[in-house]
Amino acid sequence: MHAFFDTRGRPALVWAGLALVAAALIALPWVLAGIGTAWVRITNLAVLYCFLALGLNIVVGFAGLLDLGYIAFYGVGAYVYALLASPQFGIHLPFWVILPLGALLACIFGMLLGAPTLKLRGDYLAIVTLGFGEIVRIFLNNLSTPFNLTNGPQGITLIDPFRLDGFSFAGTQHVFGQALTSPIKYYYFLVIVLLLVIVVNVRLQNSRIGRAWEAIREDEVAARAMGINTRNMKLLAYAMGASFGGIAGGMFSAMQGFISPESFVLVESIMVLSMVVLGGMGNVFGVVVGALMLSYIPEVLRYTVGPAQMAVFGRTLIDPEVFRMLLFGLALVLMMLFRPAGIVPSALRKRELEQVPADVG
Amino acid sequence: MSGDTGAAGELLVARDIGKRFGGIAALTDVSFSIRRGEIYGLIGPNGAGKTSLFNVLTGIYTKDSGTFVFDGSPLDDLKPNEVAERGIARTFQNIRLFANLSALENVMVGRHVRTKATVVGAIFRGPRTRDEERAIRRRSIELLDYVGVKRRANDLAKHLAYGDQRRLEIARALATEPRLLALDEPAAGMNATETAGLRSLLESIRGDGTTILLIEHDMKLVMSVCDRVLVLDYGRKLAEGPAAEVQKNERVIAAYLGGDVSLNLKGA
Repeated sequence: MHAFFDTRGRPALVWAGLALVAAALIALPWVLAGIGTAWVRITNLAVLYCFLALGLNIVVGFAGLLDLGYIAFYGVGAYVYALLASPQFGIHLPFWVILPLGALLACIFGMLLGAPTLKLRGDYLAIVTLGFGEIVRIFLNNLSTPFNLTNGPQGITLIDPFRLDGFSFAGTQHVFGQALTSPIKYYYFLVIVLLLVIVVNVRLQNSRIGRAWEAIREDEVAARAMGINTRNMKLLAYAMGASFGGIAGGMFSAMQGFISPESFVLVESIMVLSMVVLGGMGNVFGVVVGALMLSYIPEVLRYTVGPAQMAVFGRTLIDPEVFRMLLFGLALVLMMLFRPAGIVPSALRKRELEQVPADVG
Repeated sequence: MSGDTGAAGELLVARDIGKRFGGIAALTDVSFSIRRGEIYGLIGPNGAGKTSLFNVLTGIYTKDSGTFVFDGSPLDDLKPNEVAERGIARTFQNIRLFANLSALENVMVGRHVRTKATVVGAIFRGPRTRDEERAIRRRSIELLDYVGVKRRANDLAKHLAYGDQRRLEIARALATEPRLLALDEPAAGMNATETAGLRSLLESIRGDGTTILLIEHDMKLVMSVCDRVLVLDYGRKLAEGPAAEVQKNERVIAAYLGGDVSLNLKGA
């Protein structure tokens, strides 16, 4: 997959492929909007889950640190945006100021929550991070008194959309007779950021830092004996992972216009972890596929389970909402049974290294 | 032999090293010194404290008493990564490779401590990072070639044959540019041909100016390749000296080697 970003060898082919992918990505929202605007929104959320899964992949997939409280950083990013761009405090900063700020704060939280867990591994680490995730959510839920910071369970409303020099991401404009709706505008922004995030992840993985993370995942004692400062490298993994979550949270805030602690519950952490595991831990491409699949499957089922029952039995036998989650669970189990190493297992990485000895030898 | 710290010929001086695990003394007052450019053997029966000494030296355990002086400066209470940075690299008795990384990546990890790229450098991948990355790759392939596993460069470490894994571990350790290479039973599980190959590898590593500390059970290998040998028994120093002298030492023969083995030794 690295070859995809590497124009050495056959540049013409690579550029043609890139142009094709770009064209598909540009056309996609219009096709989806033709089916229903809801699908553009669903796609946007799926892209946000890609950010989250890629961020968590740094912690879980690269460094091998099982983190069950990851969604807390999403929450931190979301609340930073919401507090600095809403009537809550009457502050309305531009998004390009708040997003980096949210990433930075999430990054600091990542290190703060990571620091006490440095000596923990496996199950113990999972339990502690789970606790941290819940602590952050409970704080968000209760920081309405004595000083109303988060507005408690009511959440924060009327959050500003992205605005750039008078151009607002909210509302609809007409371009060449086509309705450029708010979700479509966000879609383009999200896809550009997603491509950047993917490049960043691939570059991190194929660097001195990424190799150090993978070494820690494989054997911490050996990694230390090879001169890797495991404490710093683990903190760095937490910080990087958390900052991706922070950025995603900020975008979530702006897109939804409303957030509450409800959005940052444990089940969300588990969902993102499932995306990483099912997609293929440690494989950037696999994680993106995993995030997209786990985002789309429940939505596709939402629109098909009811009508399918009507078509087959002539009436609704099982409540569609219940049946949908049942099928989703079944899909997860089947995916794990048939592709235990993930949809796109990490072994694919071997390919990118294949031409190497020829370079020198 | 002079015990002076940092005396010209001495790379590592250990003085009165002690380590206890609960009520059990793993090491008691162990003193020795390793000279620059030699292959220094560390032998003793199972449980004599050889691996404990390695772990104390490389910072995996903290010692209870004594001092190590490496290249003229003390090596006290350093973390394993700091010890590696100072120039001591090791292998493990029960091979500890990065199983799901390729052989090449394993060696590239070894370059970590001698390279500089930061997160920012890794993300933006400027000319300096790219040059460094290229150099890491080139050096790692050279090292794979040096130990003789270049043809397996792209295979996952766990898929390598046992002997190749031992060699890969040595390549990974060499990638940290050690001044002292500490090998924990590198010949374990090797057949005679592989051991002969290992012997010439050790000699060429020494020829390149790297001092070697070698724990080994294969007496033939120890006696043929080591300049000097330290014998441990029950965590205490039993004897130290040139290999030829140590194998004639009555106490060593009596306490450690036993009748049959001593005959083998004399044959070696």
